[in-house]
Amino acid sequence: MSARYDRAITVFSPDGHLFQVEYAQEAVKKGSTAVGIRGKDIVVLGVEKKSVAKLQEERTVRKICVLDEHVCMAFAGLTADARIVINRARVECQSHRLTVEDPVTVEYITRYIATLKQRYTQSNGRRPFGISALIVGFDSDGTPRLYQTDPSGTYHAWKANAIGRSAKTVREFLEKNYTEEAIAGDNEAIKLAIKALLEVVQSGGKNIELAIIRRNQPLKILEASEIETLVAEIEKEKEEEAEKKKQKKSS
Amino acid sequence: MEYLIGIQGPDFVLVAADNVAASSIIQMKHDYDKMFKLSEKILLLCVGEAGDTVQFAEYIQKNVQLYKMRNGYELSPAAAANFTRKNLADYLRSRTPYHVNLLLAGYDETDGPGLYYMDYLAAVAKAPFAAHGYGAYLTLSILDRYYKPDLTRDEAVELLKKCIEELNKRFIMNLPSFTVRLIDKDGVHDLEKLPIGAK
Repeated sequence: MSARYDRAITVFSPDGHLFQVEYAQEAVKKGSTAVGIRGKDIVVLGVEKKSVAKLQEERTVRKICVLDEHVCMAFAGLTADARIVINRARVECQSHRLTVEDPVTVEYITRYIATLKQRYTQSNGRRPFGISALIVGFDSDGTPRLYQTDPSGTYHAWKANAIGRSAKTVREFLEKNYTEEAIAGDNEAIKLAIKALLEVVQSGGKNIELAIIRRNQPLKILEASEIETLVAEIEKEKEEEAEKKKQKKSS
Repeated sequence: MEYLIGIQGPDFVLVAADNVAASSIIQMKHDYDKMFKLSEKILLLCVGEAGDTVQFAEYIQKNVQLYKMRNGYELSPAAAANFTRKNLADYLRSRTPYHVNLLLAGYDETDGPGLYYMDYLAAVAKAPFAAHGYGAYLTLSILDRYYKPDLTRDEAVELLKKCIEELNKRFIMNLPSFTVRLIDKDGVHDLEKLPIGAK
């Protein structure tokens, strides 16, 4: 009897809000920060690594996931929800290859994930997914792409973006520092991502996980040593900048 | 009419398939590739009912790729063979069985090379050498006579050439060319089409 009635959890409020979706967005804001940067020949994803308990194996917490050979994503929010979305996206990537003999475009798979999320804001008995995703990759024509989705099911393309805790701070940093010359080379783009994360992450390079995709190459997750080297370079550059400023002031 | 052959060596698997795509008595294509790359080190050779072959092989291929995306590493050849066989077996007693005969060849880091013979009744057999098609009746005896488990890559190619020679001599169908590939620890390698000079 009650099955015939709509058991929707997500319903409109009198002033036109979907509170469940907004609460989901709050859940996202509690997740650890993730940043995505679209370069010219490279796309970069960086996440804040939450410190693990002493007895926990570090490797089992992976916030950057491949969806296909040329697309990957990072998320902020409920890890369990992310697992479901990622699995569906992976299946869709292969299904697309099977039916049309072509790899997905980054926009297609983003649209698929966004549609999936939207469906969960409109069906009975289900709550929205509590994750925002940053989806990066290269299309078959070689164009790099970065997209962001959120629990409401909307998606947008970005040049650089951040999600999760302190996303606003990171985004402001990126708005100031994302210039054509800042992403001129692969290394520069990677350093920009690290710099952005260093703004909000405690204790520096140890708590950063970074992944890159270069055109026609598979996803590469940077080793801790490589991140340390880059962090050291960034520190040096900062010092040199500070020195220059001091000299300018004194002269 | 279609022919598949696989020969396993100590650290490689050599496979070959004919290149004819026929429709009744007409050769529609003479450069048709019957091998499907399941992963970096696994090939699936597939013959049988037109349509079923590509449909089934591509389905297996995409599922093997999905496994790689989900788990971060590729299915082993043994696992892939068993997965394929399970699918064949499941569909066998349905309204839509797949009428395909397969050879799965692969190289595993720990177990080394492997060649798996599968047929449309969902039988699977791991064998040092195997063949499918009418040509198998003519060539299995040649493989029995000249195969040895420690044969080199060159010896394997020579053995393959002997088999093709026999087909050209005694098989009623003209199979002008064969695609030849070799799988070893470095992946899949394309070898020269046989017989030498075939286009």
